Amino acid sequence: MMNSKPYRVVPGPEGLLPPAAATCGIVLPEKGEGLVLGSLQSEQETLLVMARELLTRKNPTIFPGPLVLWAWKEGVAEKAASVLELADEIPGVRIIPMPDYRPIYPKIDPEAVINPCHPNLTIWHNKIEVCVFVGVHCHFANITLKMIRAGTNCYTITLCHEAGHEDSMASLPFCGADQVRALTEAIRQLKREGLRPRYADTPGIQLTPTQQTVLSGLAWQHGDGALAE
Amino acid sequence: MALRTLNVAPGFMRFMPKEYQDLVEKGPFGRQIKVTDLGTFKEVLEEHPMCEGCAMAFFIRLSLAALPNPEHTVMVGTAGCGRLAISQAAIPFVYGNYCDTNGVATGLKRGLQIRFPGQHKDVVVMAGDGGLSDIGFSQVMHSWFRKEKFTTIMLDNEVYGNTGGQESGMTRKGEVVKMAPLGKQFEKIDMLGLAQTSGVAYIARLTPTNPSRVFSTIRKAVLIAREVGPTYVQAYTSCNIEYSIAPEKVLDDARQVEKERYGFVEIMSDEAKAYLERIDAESKA
Repeated sequence: MMNSKPYRVVPGPEGLLPPAAATCGIVLPEKGEGLVLGSLQSEQETLLVMARELLTRKNPTIFPGPLVLWAWKEGVAEKAASVLELADEIPGVRIIPMPDYRPIYPKIDPEAVINPCHPNLTIWHNKIEVCVFVGVHCHFANITLKMIRAGTNCYTITLCHEAGHEDSMASLPFCGADQVRALTEAIRQLKREGLRPRYADTPGIQLTPTQQTVLSGLAWQHGDGALAE
Repeated sequence: MALRTLNVAPGFMRFMPKEYQDLVEKGPFGRQIKVTDLGTFKEVLEEHPMCEGCAMAFFIRLSLAALPNPEHTVMVGTAGCGRLAISQAAIPFVYGNYCDTNGVATGLKRGLQIRFPGQHKDVVVMAGDGGLSDIGFSQVMHSWFRKEKFTTIMLDNEVYGNTGGQESGMTRKGEVVKMAPLGKQFEKIDMLGLAQTSGVAYIARLTPTNPSRVFSTIRKAVLIAREVGPTYVQAYTSCNIEYSIAPEKVLDDARQVEKERYGFVEIMSDEAKAYLERIDAESKA
């Protein structure tokens, strides 16, 4: 018998090989819209949902991809700055990069990197229950999102520079620095309205133990002690 | 890739994994590396999942360090042991299907020439003997017939090592390998002869026993392919698992094979020779 209930893109684990949400009737949002659990919403409603999830779920983490990590063209620095502003508004947030897509074997350090070939390892290790993908090329984001939905209970948020992602729980398409800043503003709005963040006592970005190790002396440093930027 | 893609966006360096910080600060990009520099800079390939003592991994490491402009290079490979390491290097890697590496490289090279008319973009095919002399043979030959300007490097371990030891066209006659218990019935394919007949501009055969020679061979092959025509390097990179060579004896085996049958062979067209002389003179001027 056919299931007449609309498919919902909810946090997993959904099991090995979940269906692509697009094959279950989920459609991508237009400009000015967003996608929440598979349903089309206005951009503002989507931003508020994203903001609430980021402030209330366990171990919020931003996964910046190559498109914002590397200053490969004009405008990247601006978007990168907006991502850091966003991070500053989420107490207890971590930033774990996806610098490129090459496979990393024999093993990854899940406190240093997220790899599109096995993103679940980073999410399991750090017990991440809400994450933001930004600056990841769409075809790799799609693979990654399906793997996360298959094997973890992580709520995935995508700030996509193209058309958005059906397989994330909340997705905003055509997302430049302005939209990232709009999300930051939505977080500020919820705080003003009285929402107490889950990690209100640990404001600012938290470095992972590996990042702390690198920062405390293993990385090459310039004369003034600051890392090269 | 290009040099400007190697700048970390402001504010993000402290979150980058150490490997990437090192690549930015101490990588080989945008400068000429000599073989004596090994150990003093961050190489594009360090960790890899290849077997202990693998000669192929050693040769790949040397070859990648020898590339004249790694920031303007794209590697093409296919199934086999080698791609486990090559795909993990900090150089763009295109995974061709088993038969079509040289077809993919052809399109890539021509596209890059159109897209970046003022910049040499080097395309280097690096695959095993199975990928190039058996399954990809037709496309290798046709890329040579068409005089496509890219380098083809064969990692010749004389066996299908990745799939358990089947004989390849490059396995020597009479050799018994795990899944060829009767022994190879035919001669090893003469790829050097075929390359010569096809008019390949630079042909070399070597083993990884001499890192300086690997450096100069790879560099010549890539430079000649920029302007003159196709180039081909065939490297003996034993499979110590399938041929049961103890890890610490791998280089001894390479030395012995070099001495007894593989040697160092270098065949260059007059045009290629003149081109190398010209760029050498220009660099000294």
